[in-house]
Amino acid sequence: MNQVIERPTRPEYRDHDGAEMLRIRDLHAFYGESHILHGVDLKVRRGELVTLLGRNGAGRSTTLKAIMSMVGRRTGSIVINGTETIGIKPHRIPRLGIGYCPEERGIFASLDVEENLLLPPTVRSGGMSIDEIYEMFPNLYERRRSQGTRLSGGEQQMLAMARILRTGARMLLLDEITEGLAPVIVQKLGEVLVKLRDRGMTIVLVEQNFRFAAPLADRHYVMEHGRIVEEISAAELPSRRDHLNSLLGV
Amino acid sequence: MTMIFGVPLAVFMGQLLLGLINGAFYALLSLGLAVIFGLLKIVNFAHGAMYMLGAFATLLGMRYLGINYWAALFLAPLAVGLFGMVIERVLLRRIGHLDHLYGLLLTFGLALIFEGSLVNFFGVSGARYPTPELLQGGYQTGFMFLPKYRAWVLLAAVVVCFATWYMIERTRLGAYLRAGTENPALMQAFGVNVPLLVTLTYGFGVALAAFAGVLAAPLYPVSPTMGSNLLIVVFAVVVIGGMGSILGAIVTGLAMGLIEGLTKVYYPEAANTVIFLVMILVLLLRPAGLFGKEA
Repeated sequence: MNQVIERPTRPEYRDHDGAEMLRIRDLHAFYGESHILHGVDLKVRRGELVTLLGRNGAGRSTTLKAIMSMVGRRTGSIVINGTETIGIKPHRIPRLGIGYCPEERGIFASLDVEENLLLPPTVRSGGMSIDEIYEMFPNLYERRRSQGTRLSGGEQQMLAMARILRTGARMLLLDEITEGLAPVIVQKLGEVLVKLRDRGMTIVLVEQNFRFAAPLADRHYVMEHGRIVEEISAAELPSRRDHLNSLLGV
Repeated sequence: MTMIFGVPLAVFMGQLLLGLINGAFYALLSLGLAVIFGLLKIVNFAHGAMYMLGAFATLLGMRYLGINYWAALFLAPLAVGLFGMVIERVLLRRIGHLDHLYGLLLTFGLALIFEGSLVNFFGVSGARYPTPELLQGGYQTGFMFLPKYRAWVLLAAVVVCFATWYMIERTRLGAYLRAGTENPALMQAFGVNVPLLVTLTYGFGVALAAFAGVLAAPLYPVSPTMGSNLLIVVFAVVVIGGMGSILGAIVTGLAMGLIEGLTKVYYPEAANTVIFLVMILVLLLRPAGLFGKEA
């Protein structure tokens, strides 16, 4: 379904229409000579929360990077919100309404917390205001004058997520956001994701921590050797748990 | 007569002032180098040539187009800055993915071409540029004569240096620049047009050099080699301050000018080498530079 939707006055309620937000077909990605992705196919509908699961090196992070055009070379098709993005300049991709949170978090050491928060340019109207963000992440407000990299790992992760919420992005690509964080922080991040999903955000989550991802996601894609090998919906999950565990090697 | 360590106060202050003015040029030039190195990771050996082109644009602008000094203060950096952007867009960008050594070699080659072409037309002896009327004469302070033009150079250089520092460290555009220096790929993934930022930064860096060139025109003979003579000292200043450090470039530039001036008072034979001695000491004790971050 790819219908044209009239723009309602409340943008946060726009997205539960089942239309395609992201469609990837036969995506190949390369870093120099190494061929990392071997024909990835997936699609994400608006308002969905989808995970990319798989072992280390399966190509999950590279898939997100390829969407953002942060790999050496990519071929195939990546359609975002109806726009083919394989040929366009990298800085135009986020302006289609994409927020990217890298695995290494990418907090800038030469900027303080608030500068980090205000750094990404607005890509669309309807982003969260700085007050809403500070309400969601009170720690960031308290530490807004600290150097970005002086924050704890959990706070840095909050900051890396918070700064893409301000930009008005409607689809978030989140890479391993729970990695190395204390359980209480992981729980907080889970609450944040639920809030974002309720606001109608489309979310693609690369996650190692399956127990974190399982209750949040609508669908799961499993990757292996640079390909999607399995697609499991939330409803199918209980019956296919063992199969999934064997794929993930847990 | 008041003496300071056996030197008359007037001589002492005179040398200090001269040193400070040299320092102002070091600061402006090393600042531009630091800005360029930060984002482009290119050691811009064409920087001295850009300073020289700024002075020549001022001289030739007056001779052939009737552009006065005050207009040249804006127009010469603008023209040289635009020229720099063309160089970045046409040449430097093509080698951006290669080792930084190639950028150094390319800019060094460009400097030789610019210098050589101008030597061909104007010779090496240099031309004089008149001090603007408003800044002729000077002030008789209690202990020395302070030429108005030198006071102006110092003031203008310090104001431009600190305005640049403020822009980079305190504004949103500056935040883009700092962040782009750290992680250009992620900035691109946020929707920032990094190639454009790089072009503008290179243009701005060389415009600073051209601005220094305008300031220098009434002070030193305008000659094709004026830049290369200065550049080696400026590189020493950058190494002492720490590659890529904005504040480091400004403070070290002024400080090295002062140290040079003081050396002229007490041990003139070493005046030309003292900065390099400081550089050796800094490299031994703090290889990242006084203001640099340890890698």
